[in-house]
Amino acid sequence: MCHEKNARIPCTIMKHKALAEGVYELVLEAPGIVGEAKAGQFVNLYCKTGGKLLPRPISICETDREEGLLRLVYAVVGSGTREISGYPEGDQIEVMGPLGNGYTLDQGARHVLVGGGVGTPPLVELAKRLSGEKVIYLGFRTQPYLVESLREYGPVHVATDDGSQGHKGTVLELMEEHQVTGGMLYACGPTPMLRAVQAYALAKGIPSQLSLEERMGCGFGGCVGCVCKVRAEGGEGFAYKKVCKDGPVFDGKEVLLT
Amino acid sequence: MRMEVEIAGVRLKNPVTTASGTFGSGREYEPYVDINRLGAVIVKGVANKEWLGNPAPRIAETYGGMLNSVGLQNPGVDAFMLEDIPFLRRFDTKIVVNIAGRTVEEYCEVVEKLRDADVDMLELNISCPNVKEGGVAFGIDPKMAELATREVKKVARQPLVVKLSPNVTDIVEIAKAVESGGADAVSLINTLIGMRIDARKRKPVLANKIGGLSGPAVKPVALRMVYQVAKAVDLPVIGLGGIMTGEDAIEFMMAGATAVSVGTANLLDPGATMRILDEMEAFLQENNIRDIRDIIGVVE
Ligand SMILES: Cc1cc2nc3c(=O)[nH]c(=O)nc-3n(C[C@H](O)[C@H](O)[C@H](O)COP(=O)(O)OP(=O)(O)OC[C@H]3O[C@@H](n4cnc5c(N)ncnc54)[C@H](O)[C@@H]3O)c2cc1C
Ligand SMILES: Cc1cc2nc3c(=O)[nH]c(=O)nc-3n(C[C@H](O)[C@H](O)[C@H](O)COP(=O)(O)O)c2cc1C
Ligand code: FES
Repeated sequence: MCHEKNARIPCTIMKHKALAEGVYELVLEAPGIVGEAKAGQFVNLYCKTGGKLLPRPISICETDREEGLLRLVYAVVGSGTREISGYPEGDQIEVMGPLGNGYTLDQGARHVLVGGGVGTPPLVELAKRLSGEKVIYLGFRTQPYLVESLREYGPVHVATDDGSQGHKGTVLELMEEHQVTGGMLYACGPTPMLRAVQAYALAKGIPSQLSLEERMGCGFGGCVGCVCKVRAEGGEGFAYKKVCKDGPVFDGKEVLLT
Repeated sequence: MRMEVEIAGVRLKNPVTTASGTFGSGREYEPYVDINRLGAVIVKGVANKEWLGNPAPRIAETYGGMLNSVGLQNPGVDAFMLEDIPFLRRFDTKIVVNIAGRTVEEYCEVVEKLRDADVDMLELNISCPNVKEGGVAFGIDPKMAELATREVKKVARQPLVVKLSPNVTDIVEIAKAVESGGADAVSLINTLIGMRIDARKRKPVLANKIGGLSGPAVKPVALRMVYQVAKAVDLPVIGLGGIMTGEDAIEFMMAGATAVSVGTANLLDPGATMRILDEMEAFLQENNIRDIRDIIGVVE
């Protein structure tokens, strides 16, 4: 085991621009991280000011191993992401990762990928790494993003809450309408969407992998702060698992989204 | 340069230890930390049986700190003895087991099981709620604190550190009570009870509503308490609360601590203990101090 490996690495911001209202693309020079990264893993970003000490976990959206570039896409939702959105290109930000388990790449012939809002980013690296046919379903509140990036890998179906693009309503309605099936369903998004995807997959008899979010104290398994519930081994009740270390991707048959 | 210190007859190769609950049993930290370089590993709280802990969210950020309501999730002492002690024994460091319980009997059950275990010291977490007394923490009532210490001490084979709660009016009174109860050392501080509210949702951020505050925000309070306790009792003190740098650790030792624990800093940077140890050594070097014991309690 390599000792005293540096956990927080300052990375240079190569590109930083808005993709949609309040949604930013952040490209970092991070050869060490992209060399190891798997689809569905995440990195911790650290703020610099305002007494904000805890990590901001952000999914790996895409990696470019040749150039050593890490692409992240995040939404401004609070003070940390607001601060980060102000970092100019050429500036540095501290990053830890890759963290978590990531998606298991199914060897089957057809994959269904489902993203909701800022759950969409990890689907890009996932789509890139999966061989076989891919069909992609995305849900947004309003303005969609990353649709073009994903279209390279398969047909993309979009739903928006306000009907500004694609189907007006939820991504699940769209999936029901298409009666979509495949060998594996991969999803990332808000809990209500994951719950609906989980139920859909169970009803259709499709195995699923769901990527969860939880508030994190460390991101690497040190604090037991980020738990979710999974079915207890042998049936009755539940056990807590760490989202950062045992996840963020869980088997849809096991995880209990309460 | 001499870094070795002694707590209740246990020699630590240096004063840097890990605060309970912020280092697990070390596994997650092995890639970043040379565990052999730590004075001791103080492991996460262990109870007589498995505790599930509280529902999520368990973590909230605060200015310069964090709140946690993990609720002492742990697999129970049997699993701990089977899995964690053999792991830690691979390293040349001392093992300190932090003990959780909801009754004096539960504390004693854990300590009795640990009699035969290969561990160096025990740390009694008296910030746990006492279910027989309406859930009030043992550590906020001098009589309960003394009683718990005395009963645990009767069954303990290893030296006993009692970890004090800062959620009291007079921490010196509690320190004196556990000293009368037979404690071999004290550690302080545990977390300060706090709260955050999500103004938009009009709801607490933590599912448990309240939680323990830790991190650099608590350091001045912790340092003051260590200073007062070290002056008032005849026991060695392990100082902690918001230590982020070597200089923070030095301040705690100057206030009277014989050893220190690094807590929240481990979560923010898993290699924090190594950096803090390096910074402490550099401080001694720069100030021509040959023996770390020379700074313990130097502040009048
Ligand atoms: C594994 C994982 C992957 C993620 N990937 C992405 C992504 O690719 N793009 C993206 O936009 N967002 C992603 N998120 C959510 C992102 O971490 C939060 O939106 C962000 O931390 C909010 O920080 P803030 O300071 O702006 O918000 P504040 O509310 O001010 O943050 C306060 C604290 O709460 C935490 N927090 C707040 N919201 C969340 C949340 N939803 N999940 C976890 N912690 C939260 C913050 O990290 C911080 O510690 C991911 C979350 C997880 C757990
Ligand atoms: C996530 C977390 C879990 C903790 N678990 C325990 C525990 O099991 N037993 C205990 O005595 N203290 C526990 N503590 C308290 C710490 O050991 C320490 O006393 C406190 O955090 C103050 O130090 P710090 O500011 O350096 O973190 C925990 C603290 C945190 C942040
Ligand atoms: S965030 Fe600390 S264990 Fe997951």
